[in-house]
Amino acid sequence: MLRWRGRRDAQRTASTPRVAPPSPPRLWALLAALLARLSEFAPVARAVIVGVLMVLVGGLGTVAVAAVAPPELIKHIADVASADGAVQEAAAVALGKSGDRKVLPLLEALREGSVYTRPVPGGRSETVIVGDKVSEGDKTLVPLFSAYGREPITGSDGKPVLADLSTLGEVSAGRSLRLALRPLIDAFSGQSQLGNPDMNVRKAAAIKMGNTGDPSALPALGEALQKERDPWVRHDIDEAIALINSRAADESVRAAAVARLGDLRSINALDRLHDLASDGAQPRAVRNATLASIKRIERWALVTSAIETIFQGLSLSSILLLMALGLAIVFGLMGVINMAHGELMALGAYATFVVQNWFAARLPGSFDYYFLVALPFSFLVAGAAGFLLERGVIRFLYGRPLETLLLTWGVSLMIQQGLRLWFGAANVDVTSPRWLSGGIPVMVGVQLPYNRLFIIGLAAICVSAMYFLLFRTDAGLRIRAVTQNRGMAACLGVRARWVDAGTFALGAGLAGLAGCALTQIGNVGPELGQNYIVDSFMVVVTGGVGKLAGSILAAIGIGGLNKIIEPSMGAVFGKVLILVFVILFIQRRPSGLFAAKGRYADA
Amino acid sequence: MPTRERALLLGFAALIAVVLPALNALPAGSPLRIADFTLNLFGKFLAYAILALGIDLIWGYTGVLSLGHGVFFGLGAYAMGMHLMLEIGTKSVYGNVLPDFMVWNRVAELPLFWKPFYSVAFTLVAVLVVPAVVAFVFGYLTFRSRIRGVYFSIITQALALCAWLMFNRNTMNLGGTNGLSGFKTIFGFTLNDARTQRGLYVATALTLCLAYLLCRWITRSPVGKVLVAIRDSENRVLFSGYSPAAFKVFVFVVSAVLAGVAGALYVPQVGIITPAKIGVLPSIEMIIWVAVGGRGTLLGPIVGAFGVNWLQSILTTSYPDLWLLVLGGMFVGVVLFFPDGVVGTILKLIARFASAPQPGARAADVAAADQPTKTSEPVGIKAR
Repeated sequence: MLRWRGRRDAQRTASTPRVAPPSPPRLWALLAALLARLSEFAPVARAVIVGVLMVLVGGLGTVAVAAVAPPELIKHIADVASADGAVQEAAAVALGKSGDRKVLPLLEALREGSVYTRPVPGGRSETVIVGDKVSEGDKTLVPLFSAYGREPITGSDGKPVLADLSTLGEVSAGRSLRLALRPLIDAFSGQSQLGNPDMNVRKAAAIKMGNTGDPSALPALGEALQKERDPWVRHDIDEAIALINSRAADESVRAAAVARLGDLRSINALDRLHDLASDGAQPRAVRNATLASIKRIERWALVTSAIETIFQGLSLSSILLLMALGLAIVFGLMGVINMAHGELMALGAYATFVVQNWFAARLPGSFDYYFLVALPFSFLVAGAAGFLLERGVIRFLYGRPLETLLLTWGVSLMIQQGLRLWFGAANVDVTSPRWLSGGIPVMVGVQLPYNRLFIIGLAAICVSAMYFLLFRTDAGLRIRAVTQNRGMAACLGVRARWVDAGTFALGAGLAGLAGCALTQIGNVGPELGQNYIVDSFMVVVTGGVGKLAGSILAAIGIGGLNKIIEPSMGAVFGKVLILVFVILFIQRRPSGLFAAKGRYADA
Repeated sequence: MPTRERALLLGFAALIAVVLPALNALPAGSPLRIADFTLNLFGKFLAYAILALGIDLIWGYTGVLSLGHGVFFGLGAYAMGMHLMLEIGTKSVYGNVLPDFMVWNRVAELPLFWKPFYSVAFTLVAVLVVPAVVAFVFGYLTFRSRIRGVYFSIITQALALCAWLMFNRNTMNLGGTNGLSGFKTIFGFTLNDARTQRGLYVATALTLCLAYLLCRWITRSPVGKVLVAIRDSENRVLFSGYSPAAFKVFVFVVSAVLAGVAGALYVPQVGIITPAKIGVLPSIEMIIWVAVGGRGTLLGPIVGAFGVNWLQSILTTSYPDLWLLVLGGMFVGVVLFFPDGVVGTILKLIARFASAPQPGARAADVAAADQPTKTSEPVGIKAR
C-alpha cells in the first residue's frame, strides 16, 4: 500500500512541471530536515511518512537530475516490450535482479499494463510508460514517461508530450509474467525499506521478508546485515535469512539455518520449526537440529514471559504504591479512612484531561509537553480538593474513623456524580505524549514500554520524596510530632490544625499524581477511583498503619501476586485469592507487616 | 414490655401486616385502595427493613461496621432465585428443563450444586444456613485475629468486591451479569397474580415483625448488653474476661441470616436478582438506611430502609442525575449533623422535652444510647 500512495505523489509532482522543481541542494536539505523531524512521530505514522518520502525522493530525484539508463539495462528495457513471452520474462527478471531502483516503475507499470512502445525516428521503437488517459474529441491522449526512472518525456517546447494512444503499441503482460513480476517488485520495496532510516520500518521489512521465505531476498538481506548497526534490526535480519534458508534445497544449509534460529531464540520462527519437525520427509540432521532449536526457543520463551510478568507486576505495584502512599499518609499518620481517595485520583486524571485539551487548543505545537504541566497541575487540583475536604468536614471527625469512612464515601459519591455531570458518563480520551509511547527492547522478545517505566520511576521518586519530607525536613518533623502526640506537639507551638490540613492535602495531592500517571495506561472515567480503591486499601491494611515501608512492601507484594496469579487463574480468582491471602496473613500479623512497637491496647 | 410500647408496636405491626394488604384487596376504583405496584414496592422496602435490622444489630449495637452485607443478602436471594429458576421448568423461553442462561451458555447438564434446590425444604434451609456458614467462617477468621474497626470494614468491603466479581462470571453457572430472572411461580403459586404478591407482602411483613422481636429479645438480653459494651469499650470487655470475638461472631451470623432472609423475600417480589445487588455500592447503601433511620434503635433501621428507598424510587424516576448527589449528601449530612438519625434525634428531643423541668439532668445522653456504665456490670456478673 505504501508504494501506491507514494507513487501517486511522485506522479503528481512529476506531471506538474510548470511549478519549477526545487534545485537539488535545497531539496536535499529540506528532506534531511524532514527526516530529522520524523523522530518525533509515532511509529506507524512514521512508517507511512517514511515510505511516502522514500518514493518522493526517487520521483523528485528524476526531476532534478536527468537519468539515463546504464548501457547494460537498455537492452533489457527494450526486451521487456518483446512479443515473445519468454524473452519478456527473462528481461523483467534481469531488470529485477539488477537492483537498480529506477526500474521499479517499469516493473510496476508492466504489471498494471501501462507499458507501451512508441515509434522513434530510425524505424525503431522505444519502451515507454503511459500516465492517466485524457479524452480529447475522439482521440485518447496519454502523457508519456520514460521507461527508466519514469520521467515525463518533454517535447522540444519543454511541455510534456501527449501522445495519441492509437499510435502506441501495447505491451501485453501474460499471466506467467505477472506472476514473475510480483516477487521482484516486493523485493524492491523490501530492499528499499531495509535501507530506511527508521529502525521500525527496517525491522518490519526484515520480518516480512523472512515470513515470505523468498530466496531472492537473500542478497538484499545479506547486504543489509553488513550495513546494519542496530543490534535489534540485525537480529531480525539474521532471523529472516535463517528462515529463508530453512527452506533451502541443500540439507546442510537447512540444518545450519535451523540451528541459527535456535541461537537467535527466534519466537517468530516457532511455527516454521514445528512444521519442519512434523515433516517426515526431512532428513535426520535437520530434524534433530529443529528439535534442539525448538527446545531452546521454548525455554527462552519461559524466561521472557517470566521477565514480562515481573515487569507487569512491578508496574501494577507502582500504581498501587502511588495510591497507597497517599492513603498511607492520610490513614497511617492521621487515622482517617479516606474513601474519597479514589475520586481524588479521578480528579487528578480529569485535571490531566483538561490540561491536555488546553494544550491541544492553545499550544498544539508543544502538545507533547502537556504531560509535564499536567503532573504538577493534577497534584495541585487534588491537593486543593483534599485541603477543602479536611478544612470543611473531616476535621470535625478526628478519632471517629467509622464516621469518617461513611462521610468520605458520601463525598466520593458526590465527586463521582459531579464528574459524570460535568464531563459525561463516558470515558474521556487522554492521548499519551509521543515520548511516552513505544518502549525499550532489552532482550530478544522483551520490550519494556516507556509509560510503565515512567510510572515505576514516578512511584520511586514519590516514595523517596516522601521519605525525605517526613524524615529530613522541619515540616516532616511537625507531621510526625502531631501524629505521635497531638497535645504535646500543640503545647510546643506546632500549629496542629494546619499540620493536619497540610498532611491531608499532601496525601490528596499524591492521589492526584497517581491519577495523572494512570491516564497513561488506563481508562479515564468517573468510576476510575472505584476500580482501585479496594486494592489500595488492602495494601494499607496489609502494610500496617503509619509505616511507609510496610505500604511499599505490601504494594509490591499484592501487585506482584496479582500478576503472578492472573495468567493461570484469571483476574477474578486472582482477586479472591488475594483477599484470602490477606485475611490469612492478618491472622499471623494482626497489625500489618510493620506494626508500631509499643504497648497500645487500641491500635 | 411496657403496655404503651406494646400497644404502639402492635398497632404498627397491624398497620403493615393487615391494614395495607386489606386496602390492596379492596375492589379496583375504591378511593382507599392501594395499587398493586405500591404494595409490591412496600414489600421490597420491608424486605430491606429486615436487612437493615440485621445491620443495626451489628453496627448500631455492637459497633462493628460491615460493608459486606450485600453478600449475605445476595446469598439468600440467589438461593431462593435458584429454586424459582428450577420451578420454571420447561415453561422457559427455550422450553428446556435447564434455566435459559444455561442454554445460552451451552451447559449440557444441571450443575450438581443446583440439584438440591428442586426441594422447597432444602431451599428454605439454605436461605438460612448458607449466609450463616459464610458469615461464621469469615467472622471467625477476622474477629479471632482481632481485626476491628475500619480494618474489618475494609476487609468486608473487599469481600463484597470479590463476591461481586465471582457472581459476575458465567462459569459460576449463576447467570453471570444478568443474574436470575424470569420466574413464573413460587411454590406452585403464579407470581404474576396480585394475590400471590399480596401473600408475599404479608409474609414479608410478618417476617419483619418476627425479626424485630428477635432483635428486641437479643438486645434486651444479657448478650445484648455485652454487645453494647463491646461497642463502647471492647478492651474493657476483654479485660473483664469475656471473649468479644465470640459475641461478635454470634451477632455477625445473626445479622447475616437476617440479610439472607431479606434476600429470599426480595427475589420473588422484585422478580430478579443480579450481581449488581451484592457489590460494594449496594452494600454501603444499606449502611446509610440504618444511619439515616437511627442506629442503636430498633425502629430506626426500619424507618430508614423505608424512607431512603422511597426517596430513591422517587428521585431515580424523576431526577436520575440527582440521586447519587443526594445519597452522598445523606452520608455527609447524617454523619456531620444527625449522628443519631431520624428516630434517634426524635427520641432525644422527646427526652429533653420530658425532662426539661429538671435542670442539670443529662437527658439527651440517657436517651441517646444504652449506657454501658449503667448496665454492663450487673449483666456481666449474671452472664458469667
